[in-house]
Amino acid sequence: MSSSLNQTVFKATLPVMFGYIPLGMAFGVLFSDLGYHWLFACAMGVFIFAGAAQFLAVGLLANQAGLLEIFITTFLLNSRHIFYGISLMSGMQARGWRRLYLIFGLTDETFSLLTSTQPPAGVDKTAYQLRVTLFDQSYWVLGCTLGGWLGSQISFSTAGIEFVLPALFMVLAIEQYRHLRKPAPFLMALIIGLFVLLFISRDQMLLISILLSVAVLLLYRGGAKWNPYRI
Amino acid sequence: MESVPYLIAVIAVMTAATFLTRVLPFVILYKVADHPLLQYLGRFLPPVLMVLLLLYSFKQEAILSRAFLPELAGLLIVLVLHLSLRNALISILGGTGCYMLILQLALFV
Repeated sequence: MSSSLNQTVFKATLPVMFGYIPLGMAFGVLFSDLGYHWLFACAMGVFIFAGAAQFLAVGLLANQAGLLEIFITTFLLNSRHIFYGISLMSGMQARGWRRLYLIFGLTDETFSLLTSTQPPAGVDKTAYQLRVTLFDQSYWVLGCTLGGWLGSQISFSTAGIEFVLPALFMVLAIEQYRHLRKPAPFLMALIIGLFVLLFISRDQMLLISILLSVAVLLLYRGGAKWNPYRI
Repeated sequence: MESVPYLIAVIAVMTAATFLTRVLPFVILYKVADHPLLQYLGRFLPPVLMVLLLLYSFKQEAILSRAFLPELAGLLIVLVLHLSLRNALISILGGTGCYMLILQLALFV
């Protein structure tokens, strides 16, 4: 492939690089606290390739969470992709393994690049999309690996590094609020989460709270059909 | 804590779940994507999930006790950083850095 395509893609993906490498490193350092080999931090970047889910994985691994709980939580955490992905479908001409890889690598950042940038003149669209996805994943894997390796080497205290996880969810929650502008679902989740944590189960808090919340949302929607003051 | 088979199983499950969310719109969901129920859940479930994950990401015995003050301070810093600069990376790394300082200098003890 031409080096000019690589240069174009590198320039287009530069902002993603500045996000993925430090965040990947934060994940790697956090992951290394679990005591696993740093190669596994690299493997998670290669196979899972999802920021929030990988951070969550550290918490789930530390709590020895069950596989079903992990599956449901990961699925729901990433389910926002379902609502993004639809708009890219018409713009994706790739077939076979190329299509599979593009879908596999469809992170928030890659998605936003693919929908907001165009391939340079004379360049095949699929080649451009594949290159962007591959560059983005390379940054992420590099960050994860570096962080995992550094975390097993460094001597300064990393106490408190686990706060990247709540910090990430706090940021995502603020972004959700900017988008939705309604406090009710946030308050409902806070009340349900604390209630389950304090009175029902610490170990199964996530799964029980998610199920309860879905039930409340559905009941509310069902009730709203007969309620003129619906949201 | 170092159970490698468990770790590999977790990586496999998370890989499958993540790929599923990315491939679903391409295989079936484009047919039902505008179903009102899916739209409704797609709108209100993500905020609920972020709050629950936020709660879940703390050491759970510490919540609602005095030992939770450093976490609250950290969250406040993330909130202020994110409302003023709106750069996710700065908010996350800045908040974490401050939290690490608070913890390691034992500012709230």
